[in-house]
Amino acid sequence: MLTVRIWRTAGDTSPPSNTKANPPAKTKGKYQTFRLPQHDNQTILDVVADIQRTLAPDLSYRYACRVGVCGTCAMMVNGKPRWTCRTHVRLLGTKKLTIAPLANMPTIKDLVADMSGFFAKWNQLGGDYRTHRTRQDPPFAIRPDSSNRQAVDEAIACINCGVCYAACRVVEWNSAYLGPAALNRAWTLVRDDRHADAAHTLATATSSHGCANCHSHGQCTAHCPVGISPMASIAGLKRMSLLRLASTTHTPKMTKPA
Amino acid sequence: MTETWLYALQRLTAIVMLPMVVAHLATILYASHIGLTAEAILARTQSSPWIALFYTSFVIAAAIHAPLGIRMILIEWGRTSRKLASWVALALCIVFLSLGMRGVFALTGGIA
Repeated sequence: MLTVRIWRTAGDTSPPSNTKANPPAKTKGKYQTFRLPQHDNQTILDVVADIQRTLAPDLSYRYACRVGVCGTCAMMVNGKPRWTCRTHVRLLGTKKLTIAPLANMPTIKDLVADMSGFFAKWNQLGGDYRTHRTRQDPPFAIRPDSSNRQAVDEAIACINCGVCYAACRVVEWNSAYLGPAALNRAWTLVRDDRHADAAHTLATATSSHGCANCHSHGQCTAHCPVGISPMASIAGLKRMSLLRLASTTHTPKMTKPA
Repeated sequence: MTETWLYALQRLTAIVMLPMVVAHLATILYASHIGLTAEAILARTQSSPWIALFYTSFVIAAAIHAPLGIRMILIEWGRTSRKLASWVALALCIVFLSLGMRGVFALTGGIA
């Protein structure tokens, strides 16, 4: 038997207003305990689905692909952010589970975190991919062995699940910090030969809320379900920003790469 | 850009200070080990332009490095606004500079 504590929000469960004047308040709630049989090859998402289907029909949670591709089902499991569809209960080595919505984000209801702030930061750094090319141009060739492509070989595998963002202590302290996922995205863009405005992306990544805030704790890297090191990407941005600082000391005007 | 400058300054001053801290502590240990009196120490330091140069650089590096660290602690752990934290850091920088340079003047007899 499994003993599962699941975060349930209390009271009004209408969607929170998310305007600037009326930000979502910290939701109130408490843990509800469920007991249910353990099965072989059972993931955390299976347990949550089981509870919703048999014990608590009004339980809200979010998932889509169930196979670790979409990054939708991340939750806090025994205090750590995890992709629940690929986290096997058996491998956690305990029969007691505590499941909560992702940290460092407001909660909408039960296990559903409000990721709009997370994606707003993502868009700020990587949502505006720009190109000067038109459909008349031939396909842009990026050599697999080019240094720019090699530098982002891991980073481009990000699935936007928000696990690193929930694990990051700096985001916890300073909610304005852009966070590991968005900065990792920025790193893939500034090393993308097709991207037409790397200077703008780097300027945003090195702004007050950008890469200089990272303490290199490595929580993002330790928790990333697909094995990326956002910390390494951020270190790359820091290195780039320092090099740019050294070069712009002599040439104050930044030229946009062609 | 400003943030990158402050980030770079804090790391540069750390690199400068690392050997200086070692030299500073080693000198203190050496002086106390061979039992020099305050007068004997001052007699040596007051005639040395190298001591003046060393401690002036040390004070400047420390006066930049420490307030920048306190600035980030204020922002992250104190939930202080970035603007206020920056002013506090600037004030601390001036305080550390004046205290430190006063010490350098005393140590070197005004060579600095």
